[in-house]
Amino acid sequence: MLNPQLNKNGELQHLLSIEGLPKSIVNHILDTASSFVSISDREVKKVPLMRGKSVFNLFFENSTRTRTTFEIASKRLSADVINLNIQASSASKGESLLDTIDNLSAMHADMFVVRHAQSGAPYLIAKHLIDTKQSHVHVVNAGDGRHAHPTQGLLDMYTIRHYKKDFTNLTVAIVGDILHSRVARSDIHALTTLGVPEVRAIAPHTLLPGALEQMGVRVFTNMDEGLKGVDVIIMLRLQNERMSGALLPSAQEYFKSYGLTPERLALAKPDAIVMHPGPMNRGVEIDSAVADGPQAVILPQVTFGIAVRMAVMSILAGGHA
Amino acid sequence: MKKIHIKNGRLVDPANGIDAVQDLFIDGGLIAAVGIAPDGFVAERTIDASGLVVAPGLVDLSARLREPGYEFKATLESEMLAAMQGGVTSLVCPPDTDPVLDEPGLVEMLKHRARNLHQAHVHPLGALTVGLKGVALTEMAELTEAGCIGFSQAEVPVEDTNVLLRALQYANTFGYTVWLRPQDAHIGAGGIAHAGPLASRLGLSGVPVMAETIALHTIFELVRSTGARVHLCRMSSAAGLELVRAAKKEGLPVTCDVGVHHLHMTDADIGFFDSNARLTPPLRSQRDRDAIRAGLLDGTVDAVCSDHTPVDDDEKLLPFGEASPGATGLELLLALMVKWADDQHAVGSDSSALSRALAKVTIDAARVAGLPAGDLAVGNAADVVLFDPAARWLVNGAALASQGKHTPFLGYELTGQVRATIVAGRVAYER
Amino acid sequence: MPITTTTDFDAEALYRTLLEQVRAGLAGVPDAAIVGIHSGGAWLAQRLAADLDLTNRLGSIDVSFYRDDYAKKGLHPDVKPTHIGFNVDRAHIVLVDDVLYTGRTTRAAINVLFDYGRPARIMLAALADRAGRELPVAADFVGVHAELKDGQSLSLQRGDDGQLSLTVEEESEEPRA
Repeated sequence: MLNPQLNKNGELQHLLSIEGLPKSIVNHILDTASSFVSISDREVKKVPLMRGKSVFNLFFENSTRTRTTFEIASKRLSADVINLNIQASSASKGESLLDTIDNLSAMHADMFVVRHAQSGAPYLIAKHLIDTKQSHVHVVNAGDGRHAHPTQGLLDMYTIRHYKKDFTNLTVAIVGDILHSRVARSDIHALTTLGVPEVRAIAPHTLLPGALEQMGVRVFTNMDEGLKGVDVIIMLRLQNERMSGALLPSAQEYFKSYGLTPERLALAKPDAIVMHPGPMNRGVEIDSAVADGPQAVILPQVTFGIAVRMAVMSILAGGHA
Repeated sequence: MKKIHIKNGRLVDPANGIDAVQDLFIDGGLIAAVGIAPDGFVAERTIDASGLVVAPGLVDLSARLREPGYEFKATLESEMLAAMQGGVTSLVCPPDTDPVLDEPGLVEMLKHRARNLHQAHVHPLGALTVGLKGVALTEMAELTEAGCIGFSQAEVPVEDTNVLLRALQYANTFGYTVWLRPQDAHIGAGGIAHAGPLASRLGLSGVPVMAETIALHTIFELVRSTGARVHLCRMSSAAGLELVRAAKKEGLPVTCDVGVHHLHMTDADIGFFDSNARLTPPLRSQRDRDAIRAGLLDGTVDAVCSDHTPVDDDEKLLPFGEASPGATGLELLLALMVKWADDQHAVGSDSSALSRALAKVTIDAARVAGLPAGDLAVGNAADVVLFDPAARWLVNGAALASQGKHTPFLGYELTGQVRATIVAGRVAYER
Repeated sequence: MPITTTTDFDAEALYRTLLEQVRAGLAGVPDAAIVGIHSGGAWLAQRLAADLDLTNRLGSIDVSFYRDDYAKKGLHPDVKPTHIGFNVDRAHIVLVDDVLYTGRTTRAAINVLFDYGRPARIMLAALADRAGRELPVAADFVGVHAELKDGQSLSLQRGDDGQLSLTVEEESEEPRA
């Protein structure tokens, strides 16, 4: 089966996952994003690239912050934005996913930004659009189950590139609930695609997926060991809503062994940066002193996130030379 | 009852060690002779089976007919036609209908409906516990009298080990066979794919092999204690098969089957979240598939079934985790066994590959179920399938009579197509 | 002005010609400003602003996000930053480009300026004007009117020493607007 993300010429037609994206496309997105960063500093924070286009935010899983950043990005591109908050439901309760897509396509949607609780949902939509010959409609995955959150992965890479410049001599540690984290998976794929020589995962056994080594990751269950000499620390949120079945005794115990305190941060390189996809659970995965400290780049991540999403949407919406 | 002469066909009857061009003679619904016509035999119908294989009608150890209760997914008529198109002349159906097959009246009704179609012989499995709830035992003797050939929990594990122990003891009192899926009630519950690197990458909750092996250990302990005969349904892992191998060596009265999809596919066939590959048990790794193939060759795996489960569009055109598991299989079972035989030919095995493959869906399956089927000896029921072992056909909705059009083999070209299916000496289906 | 059809231009001489025209055109004009279109126009604008003592009223624009061929060709790969260092409202702006051809780049640049404010007036200065307008655009200040054949384009380069050169290139792709 052909990767539905790329068209016959290997160009991006949907952004579904960082896995399977050639390095050249990842770099193209990052380069394009840097030209969008300065637009936020202008008086008129808009460019007319997507004027007249309709972007539908289809969020089957609640998220104010991601939806808001996509909305801002769309509006900065002069697109019309329609927000649909559909509570996650099985087919028997309401309209099926594909029926919803067909109805919205009939309203001349140009782009769907989709967040869904099920891994793979955006692929179903992309395949359906390809099968029904609607190649002018593009899908951006804003997070599907545990599988992927590609725009987050890209903005994390943009952030790392901004502060560290060269990926090929970095050690990056991802800490936390890797098992349930789509951010972790996207970051891992992006880091390995961009040539980061050492990617580390730090978590208790109950929060580690099986066969992580096969994704090119070095696994640590001891955080002090795992943070030694690290250039970048990506802290993950404890996914309370995704946890079931006795994975952790308590948040307090988690903080004791896996919380990022100033003492633990000192084990990394002195110029190490601290990242977090947000929202943060202060005192659970990260100490306030670190979150508010000079090494944290969490707020710049948010700013870069708008530029990266503008880049993704304008690359998808534009013609292809 | 017609006198039928099937001539020039390649007769493959694994039960009697026959694989040769030989004629077959049917009279009064039974096999009248093999090779040479009986004295004074005048055929009322002659079928020229040149280029075709003539074999016992297939015995499918698991096919869901969706009646009673799930008529919106499929009906008896459509699924029985699918069986004919697939050359299946005897089939066993699991008790997870709606209502569950735990009352003799329901079993009689199903058998009556099936009989009136004059197509495949339908042999229901009765529920082991009332409503499949794993609490109270069913009236196994009454159900057997109504036509059940064994007792099963379908895909619902029994949580209370003590209940399972009592059920096996009771079944053993009467010599009934208990058909069980080796599946722990809690480990891997909610899992939708094999717990391995692929599920980790795709972010799909996994069912570890441990869910199968822990259940097997429990079942074997209970068998040791009760002496009950257990048939293990839909083995999926190398580790599980090792345990079965050891149990058989020990002399425990256990048999096992695999679903035909697991003979060919692995979790990699999920591809980009293709919900047609959503099955239970899940498709596992290459190592597990290789162990299944080896198990078929060394006898650890007794039979192959289709595990036919018609699922309609509304339940498959959904994100992977929301889709209903299962695939249509009655019409693919034969071609997929031919495919296995052909794959072995390709690696230079001897020409008995087809006979070995057919054995697993005829006589060996019949033995597991305790049915007088899958055997073309003189005097046996004339349940016969004629098929073209070289005919290629495309698997798509139009080619399938079943109302379930979903299979991971959609779009594949398969080899092996049924030309005629004869049940009890009557040509019930012809292409 | 006569039409020149040589394969070589003296860019520095053309610049001096353009400079005198702009100086004359801005005489007595209040709130004057110079805005160059990347890349060649920006180099010229820098020189003009220095020579006209308007370095605090200088800007440079990248029109990539305002082009009209986005639906066909997608985003231009190399986007430079846009920077307007003065208040556009009521300004008398000289928009500077290296080569004026179809007029589409000028149209896009005007749109960019209007996103920043409402100028009193916009005048256009081009080092070279090659015929082939597709929009009703005309330059107020021109270094040279050049006639080129199909498949030829003009390219302004800047050397390490800051010296400008203008050459004719044979191209197989579509020339820049």
